[in-house]
Amino acid sequence: MSRVQRIGVFVCHCGSNIAATVDVAKVAEMALLEPGVVHAEEYQYMCSEAGQAKIAEAVKDKGLTGIVVCSCSPRMHETTFRNAAERAGLNPFMVEIANIREHCSWIHKDKTEATKKAVILARAAIAKVNLNAPLKEGESRVTKRALVIGGGIAGIQTALDIAEAGYPVDIVEKTPSIGGRMSQLDKTFPTLDCSACILTPKMVEASAHENIRIHTYSEVEQVSGFVGDFTVDIRKKARSVNMEKCTGCGVCSEKCPAKRNASEFNRGLNNRSAIYTPFAQAIPNVPVIDRENCIKFKTGKCGICAKVCQAGAVDYEQKDEIITEKYGAIVAATGFDTIKLDDFDEYAYSQSKDVITSLELERVMNAAGPTGGHLERLSDGKEPKNIVFIQCVGSRDVTCRGKGYCSKICCMYTAKHAMLIRDKYPDVNVAVFYIDVRTPGKNFDEFYRRAAEEYGVNYVKGQVGKVAPQPDGSLLVQGVDLLDNKQIRTKADMVVLATAIEPEAGVRKIATMLTASIDNNNFLTEAHPKLRPVESPTAGVFLSGVCQGPKDIPETVAQAGAAAVKAIGLLAKDKLLTNPCTAKADELLCNGCSACENVCPYGAITYESREVNDHGIREVRRIAAVNNALCQGCGACTVTCPSGAMDLQGFSNRQIIAEVDAICR
Amino acid sequence: MSIEAKHKFKPKIVAFCCNWCSYAGADLAGSSRLGYPADVKIIRVPCSCRVNPMFILRAFEKGADGVILCGCHPGDCHYSTGNYYARRRMTLLFSMLDFLGVENGRTRVEWVSAAEGVKFSTTMNEFVEKVASLGENVRLGDLRCRN
Repeated sequence: MSRVQRIGVFVCHCGSNIAATVDVAKVAEMALLEPGVVHAEEYQYMCSEAGQAKIAEAVKDKGLTGIVVCSCSPRMHETTFRNAAERAGLNPFMVEIANIREHCSWIHKDKTEATKKAVILARAAIAKVNLNAPLKEGESRVTKRALVIGGGIAGIQTALDIAEAGYPVDIVEKTPSIGGRMSQLDKTFPTLDCSACILTPKMVEASAHENIRIHTYSEVEQVSGFVGDFTVDIRKKARSVNMEKCTGCGVCSEKCPAKRNASEFNRGLNNRSAIYTPFAQAIPNVPVIDRENCIKFKTGKCGICAKVCQAGAVDYEQKDEIITEKYGAIVAATGFDTIKLDDFDEYAYSQSKDVITSLELERVMNAAGPTGGHLERLSDGKEPKNIVFIQCVGSRDVTCRGKGYCSKICCMYTAKHAMLIRDKYPDVNVAVFYIDVRTPGKNFDEFYRRAAEEYGVNYVKGQVGKVAPQPDGSLLVQGVDLLDNKQIRTKADMVVLATAIEPEAGVRKIATMLTASIDNNNFLTEAHPKLRPVESPTAGVFLSGVCQGPKDIPETVAQAGAAAVKAIGLLAKDKLLTNPCTAKADELLCNGCSACENVCPYGAITYESREVNDHGIREVRRIAAVNNALCQGCGACTVTCPSGAMDLQGFSNRQIIAEVDAICR
Repeated sequence: MSIEAKHKFKPKIVAFCCNWCSYAGADLAGSSRLGYPADVKIIRVPCSCRVNPMFILRAFEKGADGVILCGCHPGDCHYSTGNYYARRRMTLLFSMLDFLGVENGRTRVEWVSAAEGVKFSTTMNEFVEKVASLGENVRLGDLRCRN
């Protein structure tokens, strides 16, 4: 560490991104005054091939031992410059980045101020690199199996793609069947093909695939480990039905006397029995007992399902089982739900059965739904004559009750609903209240125009202020037509709310287990919004479907495939390079107190008896030893260590203090 | 921006940001062009739990007027538990610093996720304004460090 460094400083213009607000020549000039700096230059694009060649050239000509690149965020190009240094024959960890773009030029307007700050940031990076030591990456193994959390279309597609590439993959789905939201849909835009018809073949394919194991009615309980080597505990909830013995005949559900439980699959619009399969095409076709509502579990007196089951599959004694599996990659495909409408009283959703959400309408229009596919009012079973659709219920709503984002799919599915209703019931009047109609996508705008022009759907630009149930059972819709600038009061028999979508409720818990980032709306964050859209910032964790952001089925399937490819790319590797910025104990300072062992989240620290030579005194001492394959380099131990023996390579105490000093100088 | 123009006194502020959430949040503030005063200089650390109280004392000794530590939201730490340690350590340290005369307004812990560019920017604006209103830090500054 004490050897004298020969540092080269490279200041990037980033076109005008940096150079417009930072005097780059001045930064280079000031850098030359810093200790250890023997070379400083500026260039238009340091990340370009020519820029990297300049680095290689300077390393050779000036005999550089360390490099500081003043450029964009290290999250952007640190790897680029480390690789460039390595090609030039330097240890890649002798490179530090001064972030003078995201943290300087882009946020400051005053050139003098920004230049001053850039000089200081460069100075801090130089001070740090003066204390850098060459580091070597270790290796870790890759478990060649993937886990997909969520069994909707996103999870199924990801699992199929991974399985087709030859790697085993497990799907964990919390409900009793795979299929997800798509299985609840009636038709799909813009082709109007039946959702189940295109989904169920995929479900069957997944269940029959030799490389896919499906754990339904199961949840991820705990995740530990890291990229290539995750250990996951999966809770297989007690189904109370033996999966091997059950033939799926369905007699148990038929005979079950506890029939008045809201059907989750039909969004609570009708009832199911306590022992049930969520829908006819469920995979696996094995029922579960809903223990909260089962008479046998509540009172101990029933047991009819066990009596009628010819296969003897019903097992009241079954317990939750926790299985532990190892995976190399994890794909989150946790999906979405519609938001709760408790705060949207003006639409009378809780007051009237005839105000329904669009997802509920999907069930109403579906032949397997609560009305057998017949469009009718849920209050009195009459056919509606006037239907009003209200767009953006909770979407694009910046008040605290709604979501600031656009839910993306609502404009299209509303056009679909309107079109299907007008097609099947031509005498029904359909009006759609909208803020904007947003239909980007292949054949999407054409689809919307067909709804408006060919099918005569009445699109009204404006929002609805109130839906008031009337004594005669109809609904008075009060809104505004912005184009005609007039108030509208119209009677409807049915109101359909295009409710905003939000990530599935359990996603936060899963994100915490995966240590994956999550945003304010509970969508999982991607590693880079443009260039790494299907990877989580946490290595080895990938994102598939709506858990990352609102999207329709084609986009979900595309992203699912992309996530699969990323996972396959990881599983195809035999070994991974590990982060060399790990903790290291100074054997002369360590007194073996175990403080570091207690705070290490990875169990990477153990103790060993080692003979040390303390200034001529040879003795055996108890000393902390860090397992580099397990250490992830958080640094918790370094601060806990009372004797200052523990330090983090790459972010050492001296390095950080040098940065502090350089900034405060 | 208005703060930059308003205050003559330019405080020296060190911001420790964890690599996974807050540093990325600062990057997002940057790419979204959400300004905050140039007085804030960011040091990247792997996790908020890497920040030794000594670093903060050092900063004040060397003439910093304010120090802010940003990490992932509780429960969202990339290393599972790091920010909990940071939170406890900083609670103790800040109360000790207050006792020594380094007002609580000069120290702050804030949780900023990778998606919270806006929060990063507003936090920094607020913090700079607060520190600027407190004036120069004279209590812990090492006189030998003055120039």
